[in-house]
Amino acid sequence: MVLAGAVLTVALRNAVHCAVALIVSLLGTAGLYLLLRAEFLFATQIILYIGGVMLLFLFVIMLINLDESRQERHFIKGWWLGVALAVGTGAIGLRWAVDKPWPGPAGDSSGATGGNTERLADLLFSEYLVPFEAISLLLLVAIVGSVLMARPKPSPGTGETPAKGVQA
Amino acid sequence: MTGLSLTTIGLGHYLALSAALMLIGTVGVLTRRNVVVILMSVELILNAVNINLIAFSKHLGQLHGQVFAIFVIAVAVAEAAVGLGILIALYRNKGTVNADEVDLLKW
Repeated sequence: MVLAGAVLTVALRNAVHCAVALIVSLLGTAGLYLLLRAEFLFATQIILYIGGVMLLFLFVIMLINLDESRQERHFIKGWWLGVALAVGTGAIGLRWAVDKPWPGPAGDSSGATGGNTERLADLLFSEYLVPFEAISLLLLVAIVGSVLMARPKPSPGTGETPAKGVQA
Repeated sequence: MTGLSLTTIGLGHYLALSAALMLIGTVGVLTRRNVVVILMSVELILNAVNINLIAFSKHLGQLHGQVFAIFVIAVAVAEAAVGLGILIALYRNKGTVNADEVDLLKW
């Protein structure tokens, strides 16, 4: 499911279809998180990615109308070079990683109490407090920056003009 | 990939899946022309990283990997927001969303 969605995301021609395929892939990833006993990340994946990021993608796809780009080429001219590069590095990484005997469990989390979310919050707000604050600052800057960039350019006299891609 | 067992799902399976997902995302980034789809492929790559982090978190019996996965998700959300903002500004100024038609930095 994950891989099929991913392949369709890359291969489909219509951008809206790509977004739907990406939603399928993200849902499969969320199921994997559940299998890996990461319940909090499962919920985060559903809410943030499928609820938030994909909504943003779909809004942007519909904001910039992609109708005129449906007939033209969808891949760059040297696409075979890109595929060869990616497959080569991926094969090297697979050979290196998959057969390697990774060390076994080192921690003793089996005796820890509380659910996944509770223990995650304990770790997040004690040991990783400074990165947590840094990431909140980063999100704030990203919000302000994206609003600044997506805002219509104010014309000199008459205030703001609406965006060109918006079909009212 | 001879070490992969067929009956039980272990760390190697997750690593293989994550590597395949990352490969597909890389192919998408390198070959597509539409910037929206390129951003989606970047999301695929970040998801592959998250699967890796959480698989190792389960494997090692620690939660640090999941904390890092939360950070990766936050960075991915910020990246998507900024990228799409740039994309809207680009479309307004250039009228295109194809990556190879944007040559503002070419001299």
